[in-house]
Amino acid sequence: MVAKGPGDAPVVLEMQGITKRFPGVLANDHVDFDVRSGEVHTLFGENGAGKSTLMSILYGLHRADEGVTLLDGEPVTIGSPAEAIRLGIGMIHQHFMLVPTLTVAENVSLGLASTRGPLKDTRRVSQRIEELSSAYGIRVNPAAAVWQLSVGERQRVEIIKALYREARLLILDEPTAVLTPGEVDDLFRVLAQMRSDGRSMVFISHKLREVLALSDRITVLRAGRNVGTVLPAEVSEERLAELMVGRHIGAERPSPQGPSPAGEALLRVRDLVVRGDRGADTVTGVSLDVRAGEIVGIAGVSGNGQRELAEAIACLRSPSRGTIRVGGVDLAGRNAAGARRAGLGFVPEERMRDGVIGDFSVSENLMLVDAAKAAFSRWGFLRGRSIRSYCAERVSTFDVRTPGLETPTRNLSGGNIQKLILARELSGNPKVLLVAQPTRGIDVAATRYIHERLREQARKGIAVLVVSEDLDEVINLADRILVMYEGRIIGEAGARTTTREALGLMLAGVAAAPAGAAAGSSAG
Amino acid sequence: MRRLLASESNASIVAPAVNWRRIALTWFALPLSAVGALLVGALLIAAFGSNPISGYHALINGAFGGGYALSSTAVKAVPLLLVGVGICISFRANVLNIGGEGQIAMGGLAATATALAVPHLPAVLLVPLVLLAGVGGGFVWGAVPGFFKAYFNVNEILSTIMLNLVAVQLMNYLLAGPMIDTTTPFAVTGKIPQTRLLSKNAWLPIIVHGTQLHLGVVIAVAVALLAYVLLWQTGFGFRLRAVGLSREAATYAGMPVKRTTTLALALSGAFCGLAGAILVFGGISHRMVTDGSLTGFTGSAGFNGIVVALFGGLNPLWTIVSAFLFGGLLVGGTALQGATGVPTDLVTTIEGLVVIFVVSIDFLRRRARVRAEEPPERPGTRTRTRPGLLRLMRARA
Repeated sequence: MVAKGPGDAPVVLEMQGITKRFPGVLANDHVDFDVRSGEVHTLFGENGAGKSTLMSILYGLHRADEGVTLLDGEPVTIGSPAEAIRLGIGMIHQHFMLVPTLTVAENVSLGLASTRGPLKDTRRVSQRIEELSSAYGIRVNPAAAVWQLSVGERQRVEIIKALYREARLLILDEPTAVLTPGEVDDLFRVLAQMRSDGRSMVFISHKLREVLALSDRITVLRAGRNVGTVLPAEVSEERLAELMVGRHIGAERPSPQGPSPAGEALLRVRDLVVRGDRGADTVTGVSLDVRAGEIVGIAGVSGNGQRELAEAIACLRSPSRGTIRVGGVDLAGRNAAGARRAGLGFVPEERMRDGVIGDFSVSENLMLVDAAKAAFSRWGFLRGRSIRSYCAERVSTFDVRTPGLETPTRNLSGGNIQKLILARELSGNPKVLLVAQPTRGIDVAATRYIHERLREQARKGIAVLVVSEDLDEVINLADRILVMYEGRIIGEAGARTTTREALGLMLAGVAAAPAGAAAGSSAG
Repeated sequence: MRRLLASESNASIVAPAVNWRRIALTWFALPLSAVGALLVGALLIAAFGSNPISGYHALINGAFGGGYALSSTAVKAVPLLLVGVGICISFRANVLNIGGEGQIAMGGLAATATALAVPHLPAVLLVPLVLLAGVGGGFVWGAVPGFFKAYFNVNEILSTIMLNLVAVQLMNYLLAGPMIDTTTPFAVTGKIPQTRLLSKNAWLPIIVHGTQLHLGVVIAVAVALLAYVLLWQTGFGFRLRAVGLSREAATYAGMPVKRTTTLALALSGAFCGLAGAILVFGGISHRMVTDGSLTGFTGSAGFNGIVVALFGGLNPLWTIVSAFLFGGLLVGGTALQGATGVPTDLVTTIEGLVVIFVVSIDFLRRRARVRAEEPPERPGTRTRTRPGLLRLMRARA
């Protein structure tokens, strides 16, 4: 199982039998993991496989319930990031830990003792930064303020920061997710230089091609377990994808459904381009159709543009190009209320932030989106009685378990809040229902209930689009599956005809044979 | 509803357990903080060699003892109540209106200008007209920072405070220039920055003969009731509270977040402006006078109204009670001074102590209540609490 490392360099880090439980989740299940001097060891796996948990334990952000960590053969307990840094461990987080108003040099020396006592020693720090810059080919200007830097430059500052603190083991948590292809090449050159310098790196990524290109060894985690450590030269893309997603068959799917009725396309998206929060396009040309009576699932590793796609369809984010039509109505220039009037129901990904107001009562949240409707308001005044009877009906129809209609919504469980949102979004009899992460963080019973409700809506002739990072959910629920990768749909599969391995390859960025053509043809 | 609850004898129902800690925090924290402030005040009175007990006796007697005292308190409470109600509206929308002082002054100026322009209208027309002018002046002075907050994300704490400075200069300029009293020769009075005696038709009628109780008191209470209805029984109030608790959820629900934010601050200003009009036409001099400062005209109602609203739990109905109590503190303070001979500054200090205690306890209470109420954080859920002044300020820092 354990492959031989290149050159059999000494082992720097050894983690043995690491187990970590969170309420209801076994995040790490007796994971063994080691890193040699001068290697890039990749952790590979789906969202929630336990990669970040394992690295958080190493960096002192979490404490393992069981297991030991050895550094240079010595057992260590790492209780805080400060201790990790002292031991020579650095971490580049996905979200950078920099103070935007300070300069590069100030950020790098932040928290370190100055050689000049209470005074800053900017000159010395800058000098050292320049040495590191030229040694590793990292271009940064020590005097630049961080807020002026691009994402790629900020990442270089983080790397410099770790090098300045003499990190010999660097954890990189999905460093390429935020970079442009050119910046990825630069990053890989820097990492290669650091490797030849004898430093070790743990690289976390979802992208098969770059993992195979960069790694010395690859360890695959699945559902909290180490399912194998392999050498890139000895493993195929298919094998790696299979390791990542496993081979088990979805269990929940009920009696086989007939072929999805080819109804009218109620949701039509054409050539959609959407800008993300960081200013770069995160949806780069998506076309898709959802027909009446079918459930289409969008699978993908988080951060590949699904969130922005869903927000654009819901008119919460305006696309820079392309069209969205719901039941023939163009949504361009509409807001969320306009999208609803056109016949869209939307269950958002962040249900506590967007979907409900925690301090509002159950009934207030049930009427959140149509408080202005004539049924609930006359001459601007709310009609208490009709609101109450409507809410009581919704709560019992959708089995929302609540002590009463006036209960603050935040006292409800996640599953019941999701049922509440579903009850509200279906009340307007939408033509299209868009559901983002329908059951994330929700218990099994409520999950089953919500899935059943979604299937029932499809049978009634609604076009249902489900966006989920949970592959099993998509397989169980959808008639067709579209896989998103770096802002595009790189493949389509029929839920009954595909395999998890085929999906796994697409999730990791390896397009199925007729790639975009498949999505294009079905859309056209 | 009963059938509904009966059908849910399921284990996952959240049990509505009685949370004594929460009840204590909700109902007793603020009154106790006021008592605490008065106790510290008692120490100060004693330090000046006076008897705190007789002092406080004089205070309570002066504020609430008898019809005349009560009417004086009610009249003092009017600007506090109107500003407080305005604060309820804006804070509920998560907009911090610190510009009450300027909005009061602008309302007073607009009302005064109206009375100067059309002094001969009959009272049935002129009284409503000057009050509406006050509302309008405050509305505009609130709408400007509201608009910039909503559409350009300009911090409303800064912009409303800055507009206070603009308002005071405008007031001083207008009262010393275009609106100055020209009926009395300057040779007699010197150049006092004040208007002429305003038209009698605009004076707020006295309701109870022999007291100061004027129409403004009734209007203020009615306005508070209206604001309560507005917040909890109308679609606009619903949207306003939704925007205040979660801009994200309000946006997602398709609500006009920016327009609502602008209107919240504009309405808040309108209530303050009405207070300004009532200060001019329900006052004793029936002129608008300036001593060069905003406080000289407003009596700091623009700031004290914030405390009144917080003390009233940002609920317009409780704000009525709270404004009356604070009005009593102002009226009784004078009696306290008379009875004990302590300096005026000490009375102001005691008022300040109450403000500090109430604001601090309000902050602690919210933090404690969050802890008492929140279930341990579930993955994938985030919670929010009602806006508290300090919490909001901290969040912006």
